Amino acid sequence: MTHVLKIEDLHVNVGEKPILRGVDLTINHGETHALMGPNGSGKSTLGLAIMGHPGYEVIKGKISLDGKDVLAMEPDERAREGIFMAFQRPMAIPGVKMADFLRHATTNVRRPDRKEGEELIPMREFRKELKDKMSHLRMDVEFARRYVNDGFSGGEMKRAEILQLAMLQPKFALLDETDSGLDADAVRLASESIAEIGQGKMGLLIITHHDKLLEHNPPEFTHVMLGGRLVETGGRELADELHEHGYDRIRKAYPDAEAANQEMLAEEAAV
Amino acid sequence: MTQTTLTTFDQAGFDAFIESRVEPDWLLSMRREAWQHGSAMQWPERRHEEWIRTDIRAFQIGKYGVPTGTDGPESAVTDREQVHQLLQDVELAGRIETVDSQIVSESLDDAVAQRGVVFGSLSRLSETHPDLVRKHLFTAFDPDEDKFAALHAAFWSGGQILYVPRGVVLERPVHIGSILSEGGTDTTHTLIVLEEGAEATVLHESNGASANASGLHLGAVELIQKPGSHLRYVNLQEWGHKTYNFAQQKASVDRDATLQWTLAAMGSMLSKVNQTVDLVGAGANSQVNGVMFTEARQHIAYHTLQHHKAPECRSDFLYKAAQQDKSRTVWRGMIKVDKEAQKTDGYQRNDNLVLSNTSRADSIPGLEIEADDVRCTHGSTTAKVDEEQIFYARCRGFTRKEATRMIVSGFFQQIFDRISIESVREALAAAIARQVREYE
Ligand SMILES: Nc1ncnc2c1ncn2[C@@H]1O[C@H](COP(=O)(O)OP(=O)(O)OP(=O)(O)O)[C@@H](O)[C@H]1O
Ligand SMILES: [Mg+2]
Repeated sequence: MTHVLKIEDLHVNVGEKPILRGVDLTINHGETHALMGPNGSGKSTLGLAIMGHPGYEVIKGKISLDGKDVLAMEPDERAREGIFMAFQRPMAIPGVKMADFLRHATTNVRRPDRKEGEELIPMREFRKELKDKMSHLRMDVEFARRYVNDGFSGGEMKRAEILQLAMLQPKFALLDETDSGLDADAVRLASESIAEIGQGKMGLLIITHHDKLLEHNPPEFTHVMLGGRLVETGGRELADELHEHGYDRIRKAYPDAEAANQEMLAEEAAV
Repeated sequence: MTQTTLTTFDQAGFDAFIESRVEPDWLLSMRREAWQHGSAMQWPERRHEEWIRTDIRAFQIGKYGVPTGTDGPESAVTDREQVHQLLQDVELAGRIETVDSQIVSESLDDAVAQRGVVFGSLSRLSETHPDLVRKHLFTAFDPDEDKFAALHAAFWSGGQILYVPRGVVLERPVHIGSILSEGGTDTTHTLIVLEEGAEATVLHESNGASANASGLHLGAVELIQKPGSHLRYVNLQEWGHKTYNFAQQKASVDRDATLQWTLAAMGSMLSKVNQTVDLVGAGANSQVNGVMFTEARQHIAYHTLQHHKAPECRSDFLYKAAQQDKSRTVWRGMIKVDKEAQKTDGYQRNDNLVLSNTSRADSIPGLEIEADDVRCTHGSTTAKVDEEQIFYARCRGFTRKEATRMIVSGFFQQIFDRISIESVREALAAAIARQVREYE
């Protein structure tokens, strides 16, 4: 059976404010999707709503994984079901070593029915796997001893997110600007790593403003978000067009969505 | 309780207490003096700076009996091994167990004893080693500090002494385990003396008969370090959650001696502890690692003083506190630098992690500096657990509780990193992890 992540008519509010206004998206396991759209159009919101962030209220619509109701699950259950998001802005957890964090996370995700306090995966086995994956990503082993995202540079944070992706091996991965804040070499390395870890082995939803990541991970589908809706879906060529010409055509073609986008931006500026 | 009248902290109680003591005269007269002085002293009032935040109006000393010394409870807890947490994975040189400050067992390796180390009941050794005890008792402790101190000086009972002679190095730690029975009183006096160049590690933990046990601890700790000695003193306090805890804990650290003092205050209903490190000889070095973790309606107050009396000394005090439910911690720290104490290097810091909207942390750092060539820094922070951190961890498969527990342990990690004894690090981490609850 191929796994399917299905989003239907999703409406999401932050407080009183509507952000997503009816999103439909189906991702099959093994497919690569690109999600593009101007700043503030709602891309990260979609990711956070899929993960179950408590601040993002689903007021209408459905999310399902292989027919199971994702919206009824706690965020950690979603993770254990195999949904992963690489954060645009990962959180620091001072005092908690990357390795300890990952060992616990990996155990929970690999053994979804593990109860609190039960054994973690054996240290030796875990260390070996972590070391292998890190050397593959050309990360210094010292990195595992640092505290989660604490004092990481922008680039280090993104690489740490990729490491987590590699360890957790989810069914579906939402990568929110995992290429931003990286220098040219790092973008290439990140793009190659993601291709190696994820391509064909997961359903990928890649949120990006750049073309490098998609060069290595050519999307079968490109979706354009504007004003909280997916206004257009195409193939790889749509991503290429947007990279080359920007969003002018889209903004003109979907004036309602553009108005909604402007409204959200204005509200954001007013806060 | 079967008794109808309790022998408590009044004149009749004191007379009965003295009557029950089999002690040398010098000690009895110390007690009489302390009682005379203490019974006339006022209870602290809320308008005193030290007591503004700590309300003891509900405390009634008449509810607690004075330790009679003879008919101590056999055993308040059936499985004492289970209760003590600092015993895991350590080989000891000696061990003392007390219940309601009465010694129920004591032991010391023969080989260690042969090198002149003394470790055992302070009451007993006051008779057998009067010169030793008399020379050091109350040299760091101040019976006049407040009424609690005076009462302790009059009524201290049981207690223990560790004496390490000149140049002797105790390779293995000694352990002191104190248990307070339900409704009991503990007036333990701990006296640790390290002669020149001596070294020791002392693991000291206190527990209630049950997590919720009531009782009174009126205790004192004196750490006396001669030049070039090295002491690691670990104190894990987990009195029952209905216990009152009043304590004075003082160290006097002489030339080139080092002190690492680690404390975890997790138990009691109300704790008021005055902790002082006096740096009395040039080049003395002290590090204090303090953990406080409160829940329910617990109130834990630490008033700390790092007193630089000699030049070129270091003091480095770090306290980390987390508060949940309706609990409260108070930390009031002071670095005092005397005129003679040039080239002082003093540091104090208190970080708080407030885990609920109804808990509270008071943090009052202070400096009093009379020397002109010093480096003193202090700081305090108070933060809440960040929901975004919890969400991030949950996206990686952590339950809310696991995430909270991890974030709280992370908060304390900086303290663990400073503790040089692995078994202590682990015991503290486990104690903290046990205490973390689920938050919505
Ligand atoms: N927690 C929040 N509180 C208030 N407003 C929010 C919150 N999260 C998102 N928004 C608003 O929702 C809109 C969409 O934000 P979102 O972060 O999803 O955009 P995005 O498409 O990811 O943008 P970018 O390309 O800049 O990352 C913006 O107007 C933003 O201000
Ligand atoms: Mg975004």
